[in-house]
Amino acid sequence: MLNHLYQEKLSQMKIIAILFISCLVAGANAQTADEIMDRVDKNMSAENRIVESSMTIYGRRNNRTMTSISYTIGEKQSFTEYLSPAREQGTKMLKLEDKLWIYSPSTDRIIQISGHMLRQSVMGSDFSYEDMMDDRKLKEIYAAVLIGEEVIEGLPVYVLELTAKVEDAAYHTRKVWIEKEHDVPVKEELFAKSGQLLKRTTLSDIQNIDGRWFPMKMKYKDMLKQGDGTVIEINSIKFNQDIPEYIFTKAALKQ
Amino acid sequence: MIRFIIKGILRDKSRSLLPAIVVSIGVFLTVVMSGWITGIFTDIVAMSANFSTGHVKIMTRIYAENQQQIPNDLALMDVEKLINHLESDYPEVEWVKRIHFGGLLDVPDENGETRAQGPAAGRAIDLLSPGTNEVQRMNIANAIVKGALPMKQGEALISDDFAKKFGVDIGQQITVFGSTMNGSMMFKTFSVSGTIRFGQAILDRGAIIIDITDAQLALDMSDAASEVLGYFKESGYNDIKADSVRATFNTKYSSIDDEFSPQMFKLRDQNGLDEYLTMAESMSGVMVTIFVFAMSIVLWNTGLLGGLRRYSEYGVRLALGEEKGHIYKTIIYEAILIGIMGSIVGTALGLGAVLYLHEVGLDISAFTNNISMMLPQVYRAALTPELFYIGFFPGLLAMTLGNALAGYAIYKRKTARLFKELEV
Repeated sequence: MLNHLYQEKLSQMKIIAILFISCLVAGANAQTADEIMDRVDKNMSAENRIVESSMTIYGRRNNRTMTSISYTIGEKQSFTEYLSPAREQGTKMLKLEDKLWIYSPSTDRIIQISGHMLRQSVMGSDFSYEDMMDDRKLKEIYAAVLIGEEVIEGLPVYVLELTAKVEDAAYHTRKVWIEKEHDVPVKEELFAKSGQLLKRTTLSDIQNIDGRWFPMKMKYKDMLKQGDGTVIEINSIKFNQDIPEYIFTKAALKQ
Repeated sequence: MIRFIIKGILRDKSRSLLPAIVVSIGVFLTVVMSGWITGIFTDIVAMSANFSTGHVKIMTRIYAENQQQIPNDLALMDVEKLINHLESDYPEVEWVKRIHFGGLLDVPDENGETRAQGPAAGRAIDLLSPGTNEVQRMNIANAIVKGALPMKQGEALISDDFAKKFGVDIGQQITVFGSTMNGSMMFKTFSVSGTIRFGQAILDRGAIIIDITDAQLALDMSDAASEVLGYFKESGYNDIKADSVRATFNTKYSSIDDEFSPQMFKLRDQNGLDEYLTMAESMSGVMVTIFVFAMSIVLWNTGLLGGLRRYSEYGVRLALGEEKGHIYKTIIYEAILIGIMGSIVGTALGLGAVLYLHEVGLDISAFTNNISMMLPQVYRAALTPELFYIGFFPGLLAMTLGNALAGYAIYKRKTARLFKELEV
């Protein structure tokens, strides 16, 4: 009888111990995922930055390359001017909070883009105005779970699954492969709520810029679109620069 | 014997009037419904041809696959050369270029900034060439609510609903924002020359109509077009001709290995019109079958009543030695003659009604505002040669069938009991 009671007690303790360890492991995982996200956001987000880049769109019929310069302060202010080719030269975009304006020098018009138009492709590329506008830190929009570890092209990576925790997230779920050594995403898949894969991004040419690791080449592929994707190559990126405030005004669009 | 039966029919009105009226009504309905439904389908097909499908249509193979997305980056190129070939190969067909485009219609304020905007569903057609048939084909002149047709480049017609909603007046500037054929941003400002209303959501929502040369400039589509449409010059849609043109064109110009090679589709290949046309073609048969069935039941009943009324007459005839088969034959002959008379009257009345509906039509525009299908606003019946004889099928068949069923009772009469019956 005593033996039986002892066995029962032991079983109960085992269950409690298993539950306790499970909670610890889950807690450790969540913490690890959050820590990884923190480190990623530290690399990828900045107080401000100036980026000169070229964007090549690989279409069904032809490829097009355009260059631009972008000024960004935090998550809410951004200004982009297209420098080439001639047809795009002088086209400017201004993002303030959740509003976007585009200036066309050929018509001397400032057009505000809103509603469903934000989901349209930017310049025929594989990313939308919505993609371009969402500069928030991933951790602010998504809850992350570490779902595994893999090796991509010889590099060990964490695999994180991000699920939207805010209503206005452009994608319901993201699967992100984060390179362990530099805490930089090297691959990302974006899914709709239905589970359909919408976009795939690969990031490469990771360089150390002012003490942070940053991918200098990004390839976006809209899985629902014809063509071979869009490649953005960063020619120069500067962090924490003095950017004059007047740039982020509608008046600056016409200058 | 026929003369004898005719005399009987004419003199004994109670024998012929009701069946003749029933046949006339049935034939009248068959002719009217047949003409009406054929007219509706013909109008739907004609409208689709004029606005969307042409009698034949050419697109690149890859554009055709993604047509719903209006993928102008996959549009036809070297269009002038293609049209030259088409005009030489198929002189009986008129060839026209069209461009479809989407984007935003943006109304500026006094500072040139966005005051109002809405989605644009653009069509570019040949509005300005001398002798263009496109304006008439798309019934644009009649659809203009305010203002006038564009008279020069840089002018546009916009949806009257959009103009009212955002307070856009004639002569005011609006900007179309979208993507060029190469994916660049497209900004093009037009002066509003007029507002249009086709009365259908699918055509009116965000509509902007511009000249094709304006669209080619704005969308980087010089010598390119979303599609090339062909219309038979001398006739309406002819499926056999369309089939032949499609087959020879695709053999000569289209290649399965080249997704940008042109591919021709006939009207029936597009927008589910094959089903519509098949339905239209079989509709007369369906009408005839329905009326034969319904009228046969009525006429069977009428025949039975007539049989009862003429019970004594048949008895006397049998008693006088007339064969049952002969009496049955005269009943059938009577039925055929009444059927012919009823059919003639019904067809004449039906043709009159069809002619009236063809001329006047039925305006259903009040019901089509929110319908997302391309439907004509006024439905008209079609007066076709088929209507001159189609009513005779139900008229004769139903009358004969009804009387054949009712007259069969003659074989149930027992000669032995005839005198007993006649005593009564």
